[in-house]
Amino acid sequence: MYDSGKVIIGLVIFFGFFTFAFWYNMGKAAPAPKPKLDTPVIKKMVKKQCIESTHFMRTTHMQLLNHLRDQALRQGNRWYTNKRGEKVWISLQNTCLKCHSNKKEFCDKCHNYVGVDPYCWDCHFDPNRSKL
Amino acid sequence: MGLIVSLGAVLAIVVVAWIGGQVPGLQGLFGIVVPYVAFVTFLFGFMYKVVNWARSPVPFRIPTTGGQEVSLPWIKWSKLDNPSTTAGVVGRMALEILLFRSLFRNTRAEHRSGWLIYGPSKWLWLAALGFHYAFFTIAIRHLRLFTQPIPGLIEAIDKIDGMFQIGAPPIYLTDVVFILAVGFLFCRRLFLPKVRYISLPADYFPLFLLLAIGTTGILMRFFFRVDIVNVKALAMGLASFHPVVPEGIGAIFFIHITLVSSLFAYFPFSKLMHMGGVFMSPTRNLANNSRMKMHVNPWRTPPKFHTYEEYEEKYRDLMKDAGIPLERE
Repeated sequence: MYDSGKVIIGLVIFFGFFTFAFWYNMGKAAPAPKPKLDTPVIKKMVKKQCIESTHFMRTTHMQLLNHLRDQALRQGNRWYTNKRGEKVWISLQNTCLKCHSNKKEFCDKCHNYVGVDPYCWDCHFDPNRSKL
Repeated sequence: MGLIVSLGAVLAIVVVAWIGGQVPGLQGLFGIVVPYVAFVTFLFGFMYKVVNWARSPVPFRIPTTGGQEVSLPWIKWSKLDNPSTTAGVVGRMALEILLFRSLFRNTRAEHRSGWLIYGPSKWLWLAALGFHYAFFTIAIRHLRLFTQPIPGLIEAIDKIDGMFQIGAPPIYLTDVVFILAVGFLFCRRLFLPKVRYISLPADYFPLFLLLAIGTTGILMRFFFRVDIVNVKALAMGLASFHPVVPEGIGAIFFIHITLVSSLFAYFPFSKLMHMGGVFMSPTRNLANNSRMKMHVNPWRTPPKFHTYEEYEEKYRDLMKDAGIPLERE
């Protein structure tokens, strides 16, 4: 091999760069977090269900929330009819956070896990975070 | 023809992954085995290719001379286009790799009212540069699914990429650039007769593959939503050697990861090896110093001379007998 010094340095950089994830994690498993559903309001519910199905909420809640925001604030219509035909009052603080009053154990757990930083809290505030 | 073959090949991968991703027993194959095999093929295939290139001797200095070489002091030397020092070569390589300088110098010849006119042609350069940087950023961004905790730099890149906060989840700038740029590179092959004439399946296939990867990624993010938390659990399983296939990951994810695996596995055997090849190009990485340094052919062995003295020594007796005059008695 000619110029082996330079070629080997290059290959080491290549290998290190592409295997970054392997040596960064050092074989430490990081299973999916389980968001907590044990708030007082949810505990009291007879039928534990969100405004839509669990699978739909897990995969698509961000699009739904974005859509509901537009509907409530831009069209002034605060009633959302879900797939079960029930009418839901659109309000992050009064509807969503009524049950999910544990932002830290619910929202943040998955958001931090996948590195998402939604801008909900630029305008809204978490009523349970600090009572002034 | 090449177009149809390549499109068919990419569609075949999509169909196989689509069906395979829905059979519970095969999810481990498409989610774990195929990605690992493809990645190992990529890593070692890449290094094998580079080492193989490095084993080929380059006996002469063959840099492309894109400007005046170093000469008399009053002749202006083009330092970057005809470097004669290591620093110059590093500068030239950096411009080539980071900014695609030689593509920037691309020109187009055209007949206009009887004249042959050469003009600048920057669209190819722009699309190529846009594509490469977008793809690089997308690759880096994906590391958020392969690391825990996520390094701050990767989170920052992710945030900058989605800084316009259009929709939720936000649209990434690089996604837009990627699709536009690859689309341009593809249309160029399709609609320019001269380029189409020299295009082979090996040219179309990577383009279709990249378009399919981008499309499935965008579909997965905005239309056929998958549970991203479980996707990260799968990715983390791969990266930490504790592979798992969580339930409830949609078929679109298996299509996406199989297409990416195909790209990885195909990489070392294709034109995509220009990623390593650009560093190994003797027309770029050699200094033009033939007039200052002696470059000896590496396979050169000193030739065997048979001098007259040795000849005379060997046949002295025979020559003497035959009466041939000798230089030394």
